[in-house]
Amino acid sequence: MKEEGKEEEILKILEENARISDKEIARMLGIEVNEVKEIISKLERAGVIRKYKAVINYEKAGIETVQALIDVKVSPERNTGYDSVAERISRFPEVKSVRLVSGEYDLSVLVSGKTMHEVAYFVAEKIAPLEQVRNTVTHFLLKTYKENGEIYEEEEKGERLAVTL
Amino acid sequence: MRTSSIADRVRQIRGSGIREFFDIAQRMEGAISLGVGEPDFVTPWSIREACIFSLEKGYTSYTSNWGLPELREPISDKIYKESGVYYEPEGEILITTGVSEAFDLALRAIINSNDEIILHEPSYVSYKPCTVFAGGAPVCVDTEVGDEFRLRAEKIEEKITEQTKAVILSYPNNPTGATMRKKDLEEIAEVVNEHDLIVISDEIYGKLTYEGKHTCFSSLNGMRERTILLNGFSKAYAMTGWRIGYAAGNKDIIEAMMKIHQYIMLCAPITAQMAAVEALRCDDEVERMVSEYNKRRRLMVEGLTEIGLSCFEPKGAFYTFPSIENTGLTSEEFAKRLLFEEKVVVIPGSIFGACGEGFIRCSYAVSQYELKEALERMGRFLEKHRIV
Ligand SMILES: Cc1ncc(COP(=O)(O)O)c(C=O)c1O
Repeated sequence: MKEEGKEEEILKILEENARISDKEIARMLGIEVNEVKEIISKLERAGVIRKYKAVINYEKAGIETVQALIDVKVSPERNTGYDSVAERISRFPEVKSVRLVSGEYDLSVLVSGKTMHEVAYFVAEKIAPLEQVRNTVTHFLLKTYKENGEIYEEEEKGERLAVTL
Repeated sequence: MRTSSIADRVRQIRGSGIREFFDIAQRMEGAISLGVGEPDFVTPWSIREACIFSLEKGYTSYTSNWGLPELREPISDKIYKESGVYYEPEGEILITTGVSEAFDLALRAIINSNDEIILHEPSYVSYKPCTVFAGGAPVCVDTEVGDEFRLRAEKIEEKITEQTKAVILSYPNNPTGATMRKKDLEEIAEVVNEHDLIVISDEIYGKLTYEGKHTCFSSLNGMRERTILLNGFSKAYAMTGWRIGYAAGNKDIIEAMMKIHQYIMLCAPITAQMAAVEALRCDDEVERMVSEYNKRRRLMVEGLTEIGLSCFEPKGAFYTFPSIENTGLTSEEFAKRLLFEEKVVVIPGSIFGACGEGFIRCSYAVSQYELKEALERMGRFLEKHRIV
């Protein structure tokens, strides 16, 4: 297997299951454990692997959270374009993701809070008043069907026979 | 009533005592099954979606006996692209209800009573009975672990008589996971040519080849006219329940198979044929599944070795075939005790032919989680009995 091929394979395995052991990865790919360790630490150092996180269905855990997608229309600045305002918005811990998008509006911002009130208040207080922000539209998320490639509902599995020859 | 109302050739095929064991295995709560012979993946969504769409549009009729032209054409393209052999979509490709039907048709199309059909063992359980049902006489050739379960040309030659009509080739192999090198196949081609034989090549696991490249038997010099190529959607596309396969071969043989097919089956289900058309556009999905099987294959081979079972390294399909000889148990005893003591289902190798004794078939078409758990249980089983 080529070097880049191994990196990609390892990334895919970790993306699927970040808690898997180095030994198992090594077995799956038919390479040495040390090599796996080296590749992973290289990817971590290079910032390719940003973090190891769990995909959590909070609704199922009975923990109330409210999330909203905010469409933000922005007047770009002369030198920095959208970057400076996007970075500014990104610094709030309530903000989970910030993306520059094409179309009707410019930034798509995901905000999370404990209550609807808290989220609405945050948008009104922190985002709408920013000088470059011309307009915001808030969409509260009602239900998540799929997140990070994971479908939330029970996994689909047909019944298979235990024995087929 | 007469002594028996059942035909001799049906009666002579006996369901062995192992059936009872399988019934228990099917029903046991909490068991992990490595006895599965089908993918654990659900059919990729785009395939299912195409099928639903076809139903919404009202495609619920018979199709041409040959199968939909929209399906035969891309199949022809695909065979050509992958192995360089061209089959005319009109007359050289027949869509069937799984490889199972195609296999039966192939035998019935060529066998005169008592023609001998050479087949290698261990191999898929249907070959022998189907040969008998078709009025032929199966002649078995053993393959051995020491030789990577490959079928050797000289072994075929030893069994050839005046009555020999055809050879069944089944690689990548169920249950061993063995594959053949091109050179091995070329040697067989020579024998086949010399003795004017037909080859029925069941290449249903061809896509599931993890090392080297699968060689389509009909791509070998002079073999296109002698080969009945069988393939299908069950394994590579995770479509076992759809029942779609196909046969490709020279016009005369395919025409003969079609003659039988039109009277006994009429056509393969249109809904499944529609889905198969979409399946042929899903190479990425196949690749994703193959890559996952490959990981599990390595996990399983290492895992089996670690718990003390020596295991031939399979290069295709989704089975491992470890030896249990050092346990002193027969494969049937091993499977039974493992089920009752640790609730893991494996298939005794003897099911796949007498030379499969001393081995068990363990499928890795299960999730990594189940695979690990099964290996752990098997390790405990072996340790408990100090048979390692
Ligand atoms: C070697 C082999 N051939 C054919 C079949 C049957 O295939 P199909 O589902 O296309 O009838 C199987 C199924 O297990 C198999 O293992």
